[in-house]
Formats: sequence, structure tokens, C-alpha cells
Amino acid sequence: MRIIAIILRKEFRQIFRNRAMLPILFVLPVIQLLVLSYAATFEVRETPLVVIDQDRSETSRALIARLDASLYFQIGEQTTSMEEAERALLFGEVDMVMTIPSGLERDLGAGQPVIVQVVLDAEDGATAGIVQSYATQIINQVNADISLGPPGIRIAPSHWYNPNLEYTTFMVPGILVLLVTIIGTFLSAMNVVREKEIGTIEQLNVTPIKRYQFVVAKLLPFWIIGMAELGVGLVIAKIVFSVPMVGSLWLVFALAGLYLLVMLGLGLWISTLTDTQQQAMFVAWFLMVIFILLSGLFTPIDSMPRWAQIVTEFNPIAHFIEIMRRILLKGAGFQDVTRQTAALAIQAVLMLTLAVRQYQKRTG
Amino acid sequence: MTSAPAIICQGLTRKFGSFTAVDSISFEVAQGEVFGFLGANGAGKTTAIRMLTGLLQPTGGQAWVAGHDVYSEVEAVKRSIGYMSQRFSLYDDLTVRENIEFYGGIYGLRKTELHQKSGDLIERLDMEAEANSMIRSLPLGWRQKIAFSVAVLHEPAIVFLDEPTGGVDPITRRQFWDLIYEKAAQGVTVFVTTHYMDEAEYCDRVSIMVDGRIEALGSPAELKKGHGVDSINDLFVLLARGGKRGDA
Repeated sequence: MRIIAIILRKEFRQIFRNRAMLPILFVLPVIQLLVLSYAATFEVRETPLVVIDQDRSETSRALIARLDASLYFQIGEQTTSMEEAERALLFGEVDMVMTIPSGLERDLGAGQPVIVQVVLDAEDGATAGIVQSYATQIINQVNADISLGPPGIRIAPSHWYNPNLEYTTFMVPGILVLLVTIIGTFLSAMNVVREKEIGTIEQLNVTPIKRYQFVVAKLLPFWIIGMAELGVGLVIAKIVFSVPMVGSLWLVFALAGLYLLVMLGLGLWISTLTDTQQQAMFVAWFLMVIFILLSGLFTPIDSMPRWAQIVTEFNPIAHFIEIMRRILLKGAGFQDVTRQTAALAIQAVLMLTLAVRQYQKRTG
Repeated sequence: MTSAPAIICQGLTRKFGSFTAVDSISFEVAQGEVFGFLGANGAGKTTAIRMLTGLLQPTGGQAWVAGHDVYSEVEAVKRSIGYMSQRFSLYDDLTVRENIEFYGGIYGLRKTELHQKSGDLIERLDMEAEANSMIRSLPLGWRQKIAFSVAVLHEPAIVFLDEPTGGVDPITRRQFWDLIYEKAAQGVTVFVTTHYMDEAEYCDRVSIMVDGRIEALGSPAELKKGHGVDSINDLFVLLARGGKRGDA
């Protein structure tokens, strides 16, 4: 224990003495949390559009007013020229062109169906789909207002766990996971490799330090820092983003502790495979990008292809994001996240075993 | 135990694939001896030292360090030795005192003992003013003296020094050797590799390695007489000329 305490003291001294490191540890994650949570949004708001109103009737004006009044659209300059509208679409000045045909009001009055053409910039297919559904909603409302026919089936939606459909409520728990992850993996990987680079690892390897002592003392500082960072992140999530925290925060921290073991093990393993901080950085990035993109943070895992869903079973980030969202937003208890917890526990054991075995005091 | 050799090598060999870095070397080093381990760059000195300090597994032969087998008693070997590597072995973002306390601590020195020893050491090195300075702010010669002192802080029976004086001026080198003699006088066995042939003259015995083999072994006086040369430098050039590897 004493040996571990001595190495720990040295590690903390070095970490807190490194002027370049402190901001990376404590300032950058906060900025990332604030910026990413606000900016990394798939909400589609104030889509610029051009309306070519060929009818110029009361009904067409009512439709335009509805569009303009909604949060989703913002009507730019009016034009009657399709060519001009197409150019605006091409240069990305607008994302949608709506053409209201002449005779709209007359045909509706006569009970005839009318077609309103909507041209969408579908470069980003997902966004185009969302814009289209918003436009459809508004047109349906206008329809309902003027329709005299029998009422059809209506939907009564109720949005559970995130009633106001706040995008940040969904994103912040996930982004918190990323922050903890980056601290855990990158710093632990860099730290051991740094000793290799300056040559002190050799000096440590000729001492009677035991492998477990070295590994514990190397990983514990980043485990503590990771947990502290999670605490700070949760405070920000509560105060700045008003993210609901329905479930037990003790459970969140307990499982975060487990999750950090996986990522620290990964970091240590990377550091045993590489000789320089550059190599370690590259390998860590390679794995991180894959883990993050397949983590379900931005895109739902359910809509990934089958093989990717299977890969996700091995992705600790995906499990922990799921755990965080369930506990924080849905108030899940331990029994509701046992599957993810078991997966993390297995990964922690595997990763740490692999890393400790790979870390040799003697080369053969 | 007192008369048993500190280091015994019998046909110690290390191969990397088809390349034989150390080719069946055999020698003994007596307790309290200052043993100079000479050789050109690439002759296999560092590989040999790494095997004797338990950093590298030999591929053949046998060796005992402080009576412990380098194959099966690696941890016991490590407890008996001090090591100062060719590469810089102190943490440059820790102070002199912090480095001393760190290395002393991991060798299991107790707190009061450690405190006293680091105080004595700083005083002996005449570095009271620098005790709380970062290692990185000190000149190379000073760092090497500290590194040596740290390597022997836990009072090992044997200390291995891998090119300890590389890159420092003659006066500092001389001072460094005073430290070595001081330790040897206390009965510590010193196993030192060097490039500087004048330093070889300071050793009780030297060996000269060429292409992984030991080509000469004896006291500096014996070797000079036996080969009919005036200095160890001349002998080294004579032997190393036969070598294929390295740049000497």
C-alpha cells in the first residue's frame, strides 16, 4: 500500500504541476459540454424557404402566415419566378421552395383536391425528411381549419421522459459520457507512454515495484479525476441545461466507476502497445471515433444495420450512454440496467487483464 | 557470502532473431570491485547490462547477480541492485528532493529514514540551494550526480551504471568518479560501462567487448602489459578495429 501511495503522490504532483494539462483536465471538458450540448443538435428550426404564391388569395395568404408563424420556418423574399427560387435553393440560401398553384382557393371551395408542390434541398436526407414532415403538419392544420368534411383519425401524442422534446435533455447525458471517456482513455494512455519516452519506465522496471502496484497507481489518479469531472458535469447539466435527474445519482457514480475501469484499462493497453505519445494518440483516436460514432449518441442504435448492432455490444461507450440516459431521464434502477452493467463488468475484467498481462517489466 | 563473487556470468547470450547481440560472455566480478565494461557502440554492452538487471531475458547461458539467478529470481535481483541508465532516469518535472524521496520510497525506505537520507544526500552533493528546484532546471552534470546518488540510496550491494558520464565535462566526470570511489570504498560493487578510455584506467578491472564477445579481461595494468600498448585507449582501438559492428 505504501508503494502505491508513493507512486500516487508522484503522479498527482506531476499532473497538477503540468500547466498545459490542467486546462485540458478541467476547462476544456466544461467548454465542450456547454458548446456541444447547444450546438450538436438535430432540431430543425427556422428553415429558410421561398413561397411562390401563384394564387394570391385569402387561403394562400393564410397558409403562408401559418408557415411564417411557426418556429420551424422562416420565409425569405417572395418571388414569382421559379428560376430565381431554384437558384436560391442551389446556393443554399433556402432549403425549401413551396409553390402554391393558382386556383387554390377556387378549387378548394369547389371541393376539388389541390396539389401544393414542395421542393426540398435533400442533400442531407434526414433533415429534408424532418422539414417535409413539419410542412405537412402545417398544411394539415390549414386543411382542418377549412375542411367541412367528417373528422378522420387524430393522434393524441404524449412525449414521455422528455415532455418538452428538449434536445439537450437527450444529448447532455451522452456528452457527459464522452468527457469522462476522453479523460479516462487518453490521459491514461499518454501517461504511461510518456514514461517510456523519457526513459524513466526503465528505471521503474529495475525497481522491485510489483505490476499491480504500478498499474493501480497509474490508473487511480485518472479514475478519481474522471469521477470528479462527472460530478462537475452533472452540476452543469442540472444548472445550465435543467436536465431531469430522476434516478439515483449514487447509481450513476457507481456505474461510472465501473465504466472508467474499462476505459482506463483500454488506455493502459494502448500504452503498452505503443512507444510514443503520438502513436498512442493515433490509436486512441482511431478507437474513439469508431466507439463514439457507433455509440448511439447521435444516431439510434436500433436503426443501425444488424452487424453494427452486434459490434455495439462490445462498445463500452454505447452501454454507458444507455445507462446514463435510462437512470437520469427514466429513473431506471439497478435492475433495469443489469444487462449493460454486466457487459461493462466483463469488459472491465477483460481489458484490465489484457493490459496488465501486456505490461511487462521485462522484455522476453 | 562475503567472498562469493557479486556477479557471475557463464556463457550469457542474447539473440534477437538471427542477430547475436551478446555472444556467450563469461566473467566474474568480485564484491567491492569497480568493474569497467567497455566496448564500441553496438558491441552489446547495454544488452548485457539489461540482462544482468532483469530488464531483458537472456536466450542462453547463466548468470547470478548478488547470488540470485537472473532467470528465476528476477525480483530478488532487483532488490539487490541499483541502476542508472544511459537514458535520463529522473523526473524532470519533480524537484531534486521529490525525486530522491520517490525512488527511495519505492525501494521501501521508511519515512524518517528517507527524510534523513535525502537531507544527507543533498548536503553531500552541496545542493541545499537547489533541493526544491525542478530537475529540468539543473545542468546535465548535476543531474547525473543526483541520478547516481538516487541509484545507491537504498544501499544496494551492486550498482550498474550504463554510460553515466556521457556528455559532461572532464571536471564533472572526475567528480562523478569520486562519488563512485566513495561507494566502492563502502563495499558496493560497481559495474560501469563507458566510452571514455581515461575512465577505464580508474577501474580495478576492465573487459573489452567487440561484436558481442569479450576480447580482453583484466586489470588495466595487466592488459596494457599483455598487449604491449601504452594505454587502454590504444588497446581498445587495436581490438575494436577487428570489429564489424558499430562505429568505433
